[in-house]
Amino acid sequence: MTPGFRHLRLALSLGLGALCLLSLSVGAYEVPAAGLLSDPMGLLVLSVSRLPRTLAAVLSGAALAVAGVVMQQIARNRFVEPSTTGTPESAALGLLAVTLLAPGAPVWVKMAVAAVSALLGTALFVALIRRLPPREVFLVPLAGLILSGVIGAVVTWIAWEADLMQLVGTWLMSGEFSGVIAGRYELLWIAAAAAALAWVAADRFAILGLGPEAATGLGLNPDAVMRLGLVVVSVVTAMVVVSVGMIPFVGLVVPNIVARLMGDNLRRTLAPTALGGGALVLGSDLVGRLVVYPFEIPAGTILGVTGAAIFLWLLWSKPRHVA
Amino acid sequence: MIDVAEVSCRIHGTEILAPATLRIPDGQITALIGPNGAGKSTLLRLIGRIAPLQSGRVSIDGLDLAGTASDRLARQMAFLGQSTALASRLRVGELVAFGRWPHCHGRPGPDDRAAVAAALAEFGLVGLAGRFMDELSGGQAQRAHLAMAAAQDTPWLLLDEPMNNLDLAHARTLMEALARRRAQGGSALVVLHDLNFAAGWADRVVAMKAGRIHAEGTPDEVLTSDILSDLYDTPIEVGRHRGRPLVLHHM
Ligand SMILES: Nc1ncnc2c1ncn2[C@@H]1O[C@H](COP(=O)(O)OP(=O)(O)OP(=O)(O)O)[C@@H](O)[C@H]1O
Ligand SMILES: [Mg+2]
Repeated sequence: MTPGFRHLRLALSLGLGALCLLSLSVGAYEVPAAGLLSDPMGLLVLSVSRLPRTLAAVLSGAALAVAGVVMQQIARNRFVEPSTTGTPESAALGLLAVTLLAPGAPVWVKMAVAAVSALLGTALFVALIRRLPPREVFLVPLAGLILSGVIGAVVTWIAWEADLMQLVGTWLMSGEFSGVIAGRYELLWIAAAAAALAWVAADRFAILGLGPEAATGLGLNPDAVMRLGLVVVSVVTAMVVVSVGMIPFVGLVVPNIVARLMGDNLRRTLAPTALGGGALVLGSDLVGRLVVYPFEIPAGTILGVTGAAIFLWLLWSKPRHVA
Repeated sequence: MIDVAEVSCRIHGTEILAPATLRIPDGQITALIGPNGAGKSTLLRLIGRIAPLQSGRVSIDGLDLAGTASDRLARQMAFLGQSTALASRLRVGELVAFGRWPHCHGRPGPDDRAAVAAALAEFGLVGLAGRFMDELSGGQAQRAHLAMAAAQDTPWLLLDEPMNNLDLAHARTLMEALARRRAQGGSALVVLHDLNFAAGWADRVVAMKAGRIHAEGTPDEVLTSDILSDLYDTPIEVGRHRGRPLVLHHM
């Protein structure tokens, strides 16, 4: 590893650490840094509210950024992420179905249904883009957006008929952490575990990015790697959708910046990607908590604006090659 | 030895490869030649299990393609396709190191590092190892892909038009690298368009036309004016130079 990358990872770790400390200390109740152990109220605020909220932001950001890279390797296209391939809409469709058909189902059943329907929706996207001409780079994200739109419209229509619009709104539009307390965010550890699975299979995903021909030549089964990737993307997205609502652009912006600096050797880039995703979402949550204090703007809204701006800039400053 | 028995290929009902039977001896360089669309890449991809076999059988050094794990086959043959566009952004050294995947599965040891270093050196890439692939010239990128196949360190190399984008000197370096491997028992099956490279280095030539094997034999047997003029449907003269055929394009 060259010194530049070590510096980048160190800077990201320090930045994320600083954001965590800040996140733990910002709020209506002043938690004293010194003498914390003798302040039961402070301990309670920390353990029930601020620590879960901080963890939720970091875990969802890290997992979404990793899911973004995995999606990009599967699609062999830089301009996709779970939220532009119909994945959260599919998860919401599954959740809606359980809510309507089996309202008494235990939470784990709902999660499983959400993850499976996210998987089916994303697999549909992959099947669709396989039929597109490979050279048309922008057709792939376009196909994803159209698929998201169609599934999203079905979800909206069902929710409207069933008077569940508000519920669906919390899944697909909010991306906010103000309601996170202990006991309400732990599913995000499953998202983090799915992202960790991507780390274990990092070389396989990187080889998949070389194209199906090269992957087969190296003895991998590209379809099997792709299915593993679909599981990672779907589980991460479904857990985030259920716990805090979908957060846009993290999976697009962070992997693109990391790839520009470090390339696509996932074994090396996944850790900085996860750190960057965690820092970006936690930072957005903090900004949302501070700008109109004591009121809050959802992190998802902040990212909707800043993420779009960063992404446009990335498209604009796309390095051009001689070839 | 690669044993191809009654292998054919159809796409959308059209036969693009008629049932082909062929033995490719090991310890030799075999050139696969023929006009555009003859089915060379199709045959090479079937042998390299890149495209699934529709009918017939292929075995490589006794390993049946259908019955052998792909990972095992990746230690027997390395495949380099005709077009090598990369979607991901990798450094040259990282790409070449992926050639070691079948041996180390992501945990490179000293042997793997040595093989990568040797492959980089063999194709003149030592100074470029840290560069991103998308910042290379066409021929430099092609050499990186060749180095990746070389790093795989397999008894067989299956190369589809490996001279793409290479200058004369590097094209010769490649043939010399294949000849060095041959001296140690290595084998290669190479699709070539420049017949003089086949004349200069190949031990056997297989000529294909319109999905069929048109001629097969030593360079002296296949690289004749009659066979080549018929193969390419254009008059071709063949002279001799230092005891080998010399194919002349300009007359
Ligand atoms: N996916 C495909 N669908 C339909 N026809 C195909 C497909 N791939 C190849 N073919 C046809 O099969 C025939 C053989 O193609 P192949 O790529 O094997 O030729 P080749 O000998 O390698 O030619 P070249 O020298 O141009 O690389 C061609 O006529 C081609 O048009
Ligand atoms: Mg070809």
